[in-house]
Amino acid sequence: MKEKFFERKSVQSVTASIVSILIGLIIGAVVITIVGLSDSSLGIDSVKEGVSLIFAGLFSTGRNAAGTLTWGFNGQNFGNMLFRATPLIMTGLSVAFAYKTGLFNIGAPGQYLMGTMTSLMIALSLPSDRISPVIIWIIAFICAMLAGAVWGAIPGFFKAVLNTNEVIACIMTNWIAANLVTWLFDISNLKNEVESTKMGYIYKTTYNGVATAKLGLDKIFMGSQINAGIIVAILFAIAINIVINRTTFGYELRACGSNRQASEYAGLKSKRNIVFSMAIAGALSAAGAALYNLAGNTEFFWSTYQSLPAIGFNGIPVALLASTNPIGCIFSAIFMSMLDIAGLQLTNLTAYNEYISSVIVAVIVYLSAFSLVIRNMVVKVVNRKKEGGKK
Amino acid sequence: MTFIIQQTIVYAVPLMIVALAGVYAERSGIINLALEGIMIFGAFCGVMFVNIMQGQQWVLNAFAQKQYGLLQLVEILAMLTAAILGAVFSLLLSFASINLRADQTIGGTALNLLAPALVLFLVRLLTAQNTLFMSTGDAASWFMLKKTTFGFDKDAELSFIGNTFLHKVYLANYLCILIFIILSIILYKTRFGLRLRSCGENPQAANSLGINVIKMRYAGTTISGALAGMGGFVYALAAANCSSNGDVAGFGFLALAVMIFGNWNPLTIAGASFLFGLFKCISAGYSSIDINMDGVYLLREIGVSPHVYRMLPYVITLIVLAFTSKNSRAPKAEGIPYDKSMR
Repeated sequence: MKEKFFERKSVQSVTASIVSILIGLIIGAVVITIVGLSDSSLGIDSVKEGVSLIFAGLFSTGRNAAGTLTWGFNGQNFGNMLFRATPLIMTGLSVAFAYKTGLFNIGAPGQYLMGTMTSLMIALSLPSDRISPVIIWIIAFICAMLAGAVWGAIPGFFKAVLNTNEVIACIMTNWIAANLVTWLFDISNLKNEVESTKMGYIYKTTYNGVATAKLGLDKIFMGSQINAGIIVAILFAIAINIVINRTTFGYELRACGSNRQASEYAGLKSKRNIVFSMAIAGALSAAGAALYNLAGNTEFFWSTYQSLPAIGFNGIPVALLASTNPIGCIFSAIFMSMLDIAGLQLTNLTAYNEYISSVIVAVIVYLSAFSLVIRNMVVKVVNRKKEGGKK
Repeated sequence: MTFIIQQTIVYAVPLMIVALAGVYAERSGIINLALEGIMIFGAFCGVMFVNIMQGQQWVLNAFAQKQYGLLQLVEILAMLTAAILGAVFSLLLSFASINLRADQTIGGTALNLLAPALVLFLVRLLTAQNTLFMSTGDAASWFMLKKTTFGFDKDAELSFIGNTFLHKVYLANYLCILIFIILSIILYKTRFGLRLRSCGENPQAANSLGINVIKMRYAGTTISGALAGMGGFVYALAAANCSSNGDVAGFGFLALAVMIFGNWNPLTIAGASFLFGLFKCISAGYSSIDINMDGVYLLREIGVSPHVYRMLPYVITLIVLAFTSKNSRAPKAEGIPYDKSMR
């Protein structure tokens, strides 16, 4: 018998995610409203502007001479959204991949930092007059993935062999990475000392002629940072989807995730699989970092020992919003970076600031913790409607 | 030596009290990964409370007339505010994980994302910058206990003990140690404590004996939230000059590691947190530590990079966890939503 549209699991997941997103956005709007109405200097007009920017910040084109917000297609916003989504897709894939093996990869920020460091160091130190920049780009990308794989394998090893809680092990490796990256950049000669306004930053990779190809995408999205990285990220998502769902290796990993004892009894090497799974997750995070930092128009603030990159942590909401489906990660990452853009518009155009989009993301993650409850709610509503129709 | 002991206390006390917060939640069967977020939220609430109080005339008068007792009262009230609001914030986690049987790790992560976002959103709106400071003065001049607070002369020579434990210290730290002791005793020596722990080991059996598992788990996470909120404010007060910027430098996570290292047992946790406090103290002030008072700053002169000292607490945590995880005795039912039909 063919399944009904709403009885399909995938449809239910997507509906649950959309409900979560809507609740998140509404809570964001409520926060804006409360803050705006309780502060006399903001008032009802600013609330209206703030709320409309939360929902449609992507289509904002600034303010006109009269001071009212204008709307329309904004190529720069669209391009930047896709550019910001690129590393998010990768960290989302990283979290989703580990999740399939029953591991919570909160170590994505550390793996991302290792990828950042490796890709930048290689892209800036290989001589571009003797090696073609394209080759340098590829070497930097692969080495970044290797570094991330090593960094992911460490908590994987601790989990598999020593039974350490992987969440704590990941958090420790995050902070170790933050200090290590700061240390190695501190003693390197890659700190930007030429431009006085760029103190504290590492050179752009364009100093060595290395940059991701644009493939004409910047012509479509004028004035944005977009490049071919987004295509690479989408290809990765498709590849990971195939590995997880269509290969023996992926099947073994999923078996370990759903029941470690049973998979061991069936003769699978669960310890090895846990280490592999974390190593691949680490490589994916680091690849995201490489795609971001090799773009040629980004700069890295190297003294990072007190903070971890938000892109790493945001891999968690991306993966959860996509119900850990690799293809879903593409869309949830694009949605998250759309929120980012909306937040920036809020900061630039109103008295509110971009942190409201982080609040919305947090609410969505909170809801995804009991997505099963929401999914059941959706099913119930649908069923009730169906029964109503029969009568 | 005085400097090392005082700095160690500054770092160890928040770790200790927040690790106990973790114990209360996990002993009742709920994994509280949100400790970091609750700390951030508690720190903000406490600092905000201090800011509001500094707008009151009687508080300003008390400061001007050096009525230290009243200022200490403000400090205690701020701790209470942070604790109460931290507990309220933790209800989000309790509701999701107890009533809705949500994934506790994800719920905790959500709170960890929510707290800094909310705090930074509000701080930016209130101050137009990313850090909320006290509205006047600093933590040292308002709340720190000094020789003069106890009526000694400015140049009076105190003994080593007096110099270390009465001069340039915060009352909040001692209060936290006291609370730590009381709550540890409650967990092990009272009927309530026994029932709470039974819910973390075998909730089905506990329930069959008439214990309300839902209520006990709420009690566990709420106490946990209160302690973490308070710990957040104490950290902000003593280690961050009473300021809030949506960050507690990973102390919540470090506290979780301390809890695991301490095997969910208050006594070993106290020991572990002083050990980690010491490492934090070394990494923060290695250049000004004079171990044997001979005017030689040994740690600075060895020539090891400061980055190594900063990395040390985390590396050691990882190594220690590697050795202790095999024998770790986590509460058996932690992380598993309670299901009556499993009885």
